[in-house]
Amino acid sequence: MPQLTTEVDRLSLVVEIGGMPVRINTADPGFLGTLQRRYSGFVSGSAEAEVEFDVDLVSPSLGDDDAPVEVKHQGGAWSFRRGDFLAEWRPASRRGWIRQTANPYSIDAVLRIVHTLVLAKQGGFLLHSASAIRNGKAFLFAGVSEAGKTTISRLAPPDATLLTDEISYVRKHENGYVAYGTPFTGELAKLGENVSAPVGALYLLAKGRENRIDPIPPGEAARSLLANLLFFAEDEELVQATFHAAFEFVSRIPVSRLTFFPDARVWELIG
Amino acid sequence: MSRLYLARNPRVAARSLDGEMMIMSGRDSTLFTLNKTATILWQAADGATPLDQIVQQKICVEFSVDPGEALKDAEALARDLAGHGILQISEDPIVQPNPAGGASR
Repeated sequence: MPQLTTEVDRLSLVVEIGGMPVRINTADPGFLGTLQRRYSGFVSGSAEAEVEFDVDLVSPSLGDDDAPVEVKHQGGAWSFRRGDFLAEWRPASRRGWIRQTANPYSIDAVLRIVHTLVLAKQGGFLLHSASAIRNGKAFLFAGVSEAGKTTISRLAPPDATLLTDEISYVRKHENGYVAYGTPFTGELAKLGENVSAPVGALYLLAKGRENRIDPIPPGEAARSLLANLLFFAEDEELVQATFHAAFEFVSRIPVSRLTFFPDARVWELIG
Repeated sequence: MSRLYLARNPRVAARSLDGEMMIMSGRDSTLFTLNKTATILWQAADGATPLDQIVQQKICVEFSVDPGEALKDAEALARDLAGHGILQISEDPIVQPNPAGGASR
């Protein structure tokens, strides 16, 4: 009897961000190489993975490229959809699949989404902010596009270790919060260092004619933090968990406004 | 005139921080900051106390306003908050699954 199926060799790598190993399986050696370059510094030798995705590469006809991302939970499975990818993840089995074209951006979005879902259950989050370690503490610099995340990252002195210029990774630990480096880049297009440190402060960025730090009321701190969180899921339980996580964070971590003139002297105020 | 009862919607998350009450809709992640009157309504919305009693015992005491006018304004505000999914309103007492009401902390 002729063989009706063909066994396809699966290639894989583990991308570990924030201490969470995610295995990505693909049958395409070229795509594997793309991922190895894209996540250089975050590829782990870990044999265990907390999440595992099989990637099926398809031709670019999934749908509207400008469609917003949709993240829904139904019947024990999360489904993620955007114009350029379709994915499913089942937390109980830790496994999922991704259908996308052969580009590194779609899987980057899937990784961000799955990390936000896992972190939301644990009191952590991804935040639109640059972050860097100085003198053993991590400092977060939050703001919308053009707020100065890239600028402050570019101005960082040699003794500061850049964790990211775009999306910070914050985990809740027993004694506080820890920020991790991420490969999620902004305009600087430079991967963060794969290291971590306890969070010392969150600064809300504002450009100005001088460098100064001003306290802000707790309510404004919470609102600003919520406005800068990355969160995609249409899920009441996780929305509530993320809301409370933001308030926990501002009750334990100093939040201030950092007004800065774009030169290196601003870092004299940090750390 | 029928009485109106208010209850906190258990599908929203609420936090009070430094005197500011903030509420997030679990449905669409919209964030609301309540003013002082809305905060009084939220805190008193136990499903059992009628609105006219809340107005008389809480709002009139706090703001020294005419009870009739205050009740009219409070009812409009309560209906607005209900429209945003923050409160539930009914002409009968509302029995809530969680006596604490909502995911408030």
